Formats: sequence, structure tokens, C-alpha cells
Amino acid sequence: MTQPEEYRPRANLADRAFGAVLIALGGAVFVIAGVIVLELAKVSGPAVSKVGLGHFIRASDWDAVRDAYGAAPFIYGTLVTSGIAILLALPASVGLALFLTEMVPARVRTIVSFPISILAGIPSVVFGLWGLFVLAPILRHQVEPFLARTLGFLPWFKGPPIGLGYLAAGVILAIMILPTITSIAVEVLRTVPGSLREAALALGATRWEMIRLSVLPYARAGILGATILGLGRALGETMAVTMLIGNSPTISASLFAPGYSLPAVIANEFAEASGMQTSALAALGLILFGVTLVLNSLARALVRVSRRSVA
Amino acid sequence: MKSLLVRRSVDFTMTVLCGIALLAALIPLTSVLWLVVSRGISGMNLAFWTHLPAPVGETGGGVGNAILGTLYIVAIASLLGVPLGVGAGVYLAEKGDGPFGDVVRFTAEVLSGVPSIVVGLVAYGLVVLPMRRFSALAGGVALAVLMVPTLARSTEELVRLVPRTLREASLALGIPEWKTSLRVVLRTALPGIVTAILLAVARASGETAPLLFTSLNNQYWNFRADQPTASLTVQIFNYAVSPYEDWHGKAWAAALVLLVVVGALSLLARFLARSRLR
Repeated sequence: MTQPEEYRPRANLADRAFGAVLIALGGAVFVIAGVIVLELAKVSGPAVSKVGLGHFIRASDWDAVRDAYGAAPFIYGTLVTSGIAILLALPASVGLALFLTEMVPARVRTIVSFPISILAGIPSVVFGLWGLFVLAPILRHQVEPFLARTLGFLPWFKGPPIGLGYLAAGVILAIMILPTITSIAVEVLRTVPGSLREAALALGATRWEMIRLSVLPYARAGILGATILGLGRALGETMAVTMLIGNSPTISASLFAPGYSLPAVIANEFAEASGMQTSALAALGLILFGVTLVLNSLARALVRVSRRSVA
Repeated sequence: MKSLLVRRSVDFTMTVLCGIALLAALIPLTSVLWLVVSRGISGMNLAFWTHLPAPVGETGGGVGNAILGTLYIVAIASLLGVPLGVGAGVYLAEKGDGPFGDVVRFTAEVLSGVPSIVVGLVAYGLVVLPMRRFSALAGGVALAVLMVPTLARSTEELVRLVPRTLREASLALGIPEWKTSLRVVLRTALPGIVTAILLAVARASGETAPLLFTSLNNQYWNFRADQPTASLTVQIFNYAVSPYEDWHGKAWAAALVLLVVVGALSLLARFLARSRLR
């Protein structure tokens, strides 16, 4: 009986060491998050303390030569392009998700979800390349002249059709977030209990009435969460927007005009920046980080709530 | 009450509209794939694979150093990111039921939504500033940070799928906990984890933004981790926004190489996942 007593402490030690290693690895995720915040704060510190965050966000000058740094054009461009993206992608994604879950047999759903996952896997620089040589010419020659002819009385569709601008960036973002929103929406829609559908159909509802009256209300929180996740992705998307937005630090009402976004200006200027400009660019990154952090937490909470209500 | 005819035609219209939404996904996809393949093939030749980029104004040359550079940077990223990500996932599945586990899980979820350009800024502050130069290492660190949260989440799910009875059988045989975790539970989940790793590597290979000011670019061959390094994605970006026709052709060809690599990795991952399920 002496053997187990010698043996047990050894096994416990190994187990304890293993547990410690695991906790360290899990803690590393936490450390990475901390490092992200610290490094961003460190690099952006000089600009933020010199200009002040409130003024930095409101100022619209961006001129490295005069050392004038204002984030407004970039925040505006980011919001406008993401807004266009959501406006275009949300109806398309929800429609597509409804089509896949409610309107076609399960086998078609598996077949169609494959190309959608391919679309999600295409690197953003390839979307940018395609946008630059395919999408922008189409917008310049066909879509923008058409919009100017028909809706030209609105301030958003005035001005020369350039191709590169808010509209081009918004459209490419819409294409890029479409698979994100669709796949989460499909997941959410599949949690809607079949009894709700049957109840509506039994009362004589058509398929669309069933969707509108029992499926969509049930899935509302989850779809909102999916949309916010898509929005978070659109806000932070860099390469495709950098290649399509036109890169002009101005604020224009016209969607045809070139603009700039937060990630795009960081991508274009950071490698060659020095001194205060580096710091100001990092401050833009800090703003971006803060916004996506809030949006993602919100979206995860919403998707989780809509899942839990099922269980 | 609206007439049945009106209700039926509304139903029909909405069904058609939802079907059209499918085209919103399929048309861009087909267009992207078609153009990358057709223009990519015409821009490709042997020199494309083996030569250095031609100087401004000259035609010819290749992106050999960028292909190698992407492999190099992604290898560094995998070396750093895979053990951390998988390890964190194993932690979440095996010991992550307490409050600290919840914190780590939430952090990983939120981190997976951080824009990649922001991660590039962090790698700049963390690696480039102290070393005083752009380097393959900095690019690798940035990509590794991007890999960790997604790997952690998928590894956790995969380890949790291993039946509890398997673990209990092992423990009942007197095998210590750590050995049960590594040799029984993790081994069972391994094929799935390999799939997750392949997907993470595929995603990392396609990243551009975090490399712009970490590994930067290089006109020459580079085999040192502390030097600026060319990458396929940054090269596509530079060539695409350049005014030269020849470089545009190179950008399409490089995009084709990138898509083939990313696609092959994802297909392999899918294939492994499926053969595992059967």
C-alpha cells in the first residue's frame, strides 16, 4: 500500500502543472486584449493629449504639413459607406436567408450555402481589385448617370459621376457583408419553432403572411444582432474601401464624390508617417477599436439572447 | 379582409424577390471568380513565379519574392498563433466553466471582431517601434493575433464535442487528468482542430491591412525575420493602384495565386471535416 502514496503526489503535480499551463494559455487571450488597448493608447497618446479627443473628433482639417489633425471626414466617410452597405445588404441578406430556410428544400440550401461561403472567403484585396476594374467603371458609366437623371434633384445624387467614391465603397462593402449577415440570419431563422409556422398556416395564412406574422417577429433580435455584426465588419473593412473610396479627406453630400474612411487613411498614410501624424493615425485606430468593441459586444448579446429564448 | 388573389400575388412577389436576393450573392461571386481566373491566367508566365518585381516603368519581372514572403510570414504567424489559439480553446473547454473562463470566452468573441488594420497598429507599437524597423516578424505577430480568437472559439467547440464517456473511461483506468486531456480527448478532437487550423491559415494568407506597416514590402528576396518582407497581398494592392497596365496584369495573376491557395486550404479543410463526420 505504499505505492499509491508515492504515486499520487507525482500525478497531482503533473495535473496541476497541466492546469497551470492551460490557465496561462487562456489568460493569454485576455493579455492580448490588454496589449491591444495599451499599445493603441501608447501610440495615440501624444495626439490625443495635444488636441483633445472631443476636438479631434469634430475637427475636419487633415494636413500633416500644418500639423492639423481632425477625424471628422474619416468618421463621416466610414459612417456613410457602412450605411450604404447596410441599406443594400440587409434586405438582400434577409431575403436570401428567408429563401434558403423557408422557400426551398433543405438539399438546395446545402448546395447554395457553398458558393456563399466561398464569397465570404475571398480576401478583401481581391474584392478591391475587382471593384477597381469592374465595379467602378460600371458605376461611372451606367449607374451614376442613371441615378443623376432620375433622382438628381436629391443632394446625394448630384455632381459628376466619378466611379470612385462613397457609393463604390458602399456597394463593395454590401457585397462583402452579405455572406456574414446571411449565414447568421439562416442560423437564427432555423431556431424558429415549426409549431409557430404550422399555427399560421393552419389559420389560412399564405407563406409570406406566415413569414411576416410568425417567423420574422420571432427572429427579430437575432437578425438585428446579425446586422450589427455586419455593420462592425463594414466599419473596419480596410483594403476594398481604400481602393474604391477615392481617398480625399473631405466631406461631401454627394455619394458620387470621393471621400475617405478611418481604416483607409491609416492604411495609406501610416507607413510613411512620423511624429504627430503617426500618433493621430493611431488615435483614428483607437476610435475604430472603441466603436467596433461596443458594436460587437451588443451584437453577440443579441444573438445569444435570441438563441437562449429557444432553449 | 383582402381578397385571396391579392394575398396570393403578394406571396408570389415576395417569393420572387427573395429568389432575386440569391442573384445579389451569385452575380458578384461569378464575376469575381471569372475575371480573376481569365485575367490571371493571361498575366501568368514562368518569370511571374521565379523573378523579382521589375523596376518602375519596365515590363516583365515577377512576384517570386512576394509568394515566398507570404509563406514566410504566415509560417511565423502559425508558429505563434496556433499553439496559443488551440491552447486557449482547450483551456475554455476543459477548465473554462468558472467566471474567469466566461471572461476569456467573451474576450475572444469580442477580439474576433477587431478590425485587422487595428491589429496592424498594435503590432507596429509592439514589434516595429522597439526594433526600429519593419519586419516579417512584426507581420507574423499581427497575423497571429488575428488567428488566436477564432482558433480558440472553434477549438473549444470541437473539444466539447468529445463524448464525456470517453474521458470517464480513461480516468476510470487510472490515467491522470493531463494525459486523458492530451492523449484521449485532444486526440479525438484532433481532425476537427486541424480543419480549424487550416481555415485560420487560409484567412491569414489573405490578409493585407495588418501587413501594410508591419512587414511593409521588399523589392528583393528576403530570408530574415528582422527585415521588411514582400507579401502577395500587399503586392496586389500596390500593383492594382499603380497606373501601369503591365502591373495590373500582375495584380490579377497574383490574385489568382492567392485565391487558389486560399481555396485549396478551405477545400482541404472542408474535405477533412466531412470525411470525419461520416
